[in-house]
Amino acid sequence: MRTIIIGGGKLVYFLSKTFISKGYDVTIVNDDSQDCEWFAKRLETTVIKGNGSDLKVQQEAKAGETDCLIAITPNDEDNLISCQVAGKVFGIPKIISFVNNPENATLFEQLGINIAISPVEIISKLIEQKTEFEEITNLIPLAEGKINVTEIVLTENSPVLGKSIEELDFPREAIITCIIRNSSAIVPKGFTILKEKDKLILISIPEEYHKVIKLLTGEK
Amino acid sequence: MYIVIIGCGRMGSLLANRLSKQGESIVVVDKNESAFENLSAEFSGFHILGDGAEVDVLKQAKIEKADVVLATTKEDNLNLMIAQIAKEIFGVHKVLVRLFDTKREEIFSTFHIESISPTRIAVDEFLKKINLKGS
Repeated sequence: MRTIIIGGGKLVYFLSKTFISKGYDVTIVNDDSQDCEWFAKRLETTVIKGNGSDLKVQQEAKAGETDCLIAITPNDEDNLISCQVAGKVFGIPKIISFVNNPENATLFEQLGINIAISPVEIISKLIEQKTEFEEITNLIPLAEGKINVTEIVLTENSPVLGKSIEELDFPREAIITCIIRNSSAIVPKGFTILKEKDKLILISIPEEYHKVIKLLTGEK
Repeated sequence: MYIVIIGCGRMGSLLANRLSKQGESIVVVDKNESAFENLSAEFSGFHILGDGAEVDVLKQAKIEKADVVLATTKEDNLNLMIAQIAKEIFGVHKVLVRLFDTKREEIFSTFHIESISPTRIAVDEFLKKINLKGS
């Protein structure tokens, strides 16, 4: 896969490194000559110095033959225009923009960007959820935070112990995908009875997350 | 008319001063407080300190009620972003941007964003004067 990454800093470095290790062909675009040198010394990529939203620069980065463009600069307006030029002029099929201001995520998608990722939103949600309950040990936001995968252990205080799953008033947009009991995995059915120390793997949308946690822990 | 101007530099402030003098109601937005010093004593509109890249700031300027939005910051990309937000999200009918980079005019005209390039206008003027002398 041919990928262009516009931006700088550690994020671009590690992202590029990960992509290269997966066999992707990465081109980095950065407008600072020192940064460019730094990248060129450390990564086996093409590094182009220039403003990523410039037509000429994207041309030089072979945007016309590229599968994916990712814009990660600290300026949302530059990310937006880079992505729009990539899509409009070069027809790059997959365009991803980071947004520094979380409010811009939906805005960018409305303005035609395939995927707008807000690191602030994802991290703040993660921190919020992680710090809330100790028995919740693992959380991964998927699809830019539109889905939560949660691991939760039922304690002795849980109001659902001894109940079957079908007895629970479980929200529609959430599901128990797996129960780990005595280190073996159970695929839950409606009649499965929940027990203390069960570890549940949940998938839910963020809006239902708190409802599910409250239901299973009894806490607010 | 209700006109929102983003960017109170030399161009934005001149526009604000003139339009205000003509009796239009004007709101100017700039992220630098000192930019408002460019406004004349006769300017009777409002100014808002804030970054035009933030939707909250645009909402504060009541952009949804604007008849005209002018994006005159010194950043082309910022002007283009503001213009798209004004047009697509808030449904403003008349949106004009200043673009330094003439190459972008064509791309963004396909987005139905009208732009004015001071560079192009200045070059045209220069050429006109040269030709006059030459003839």
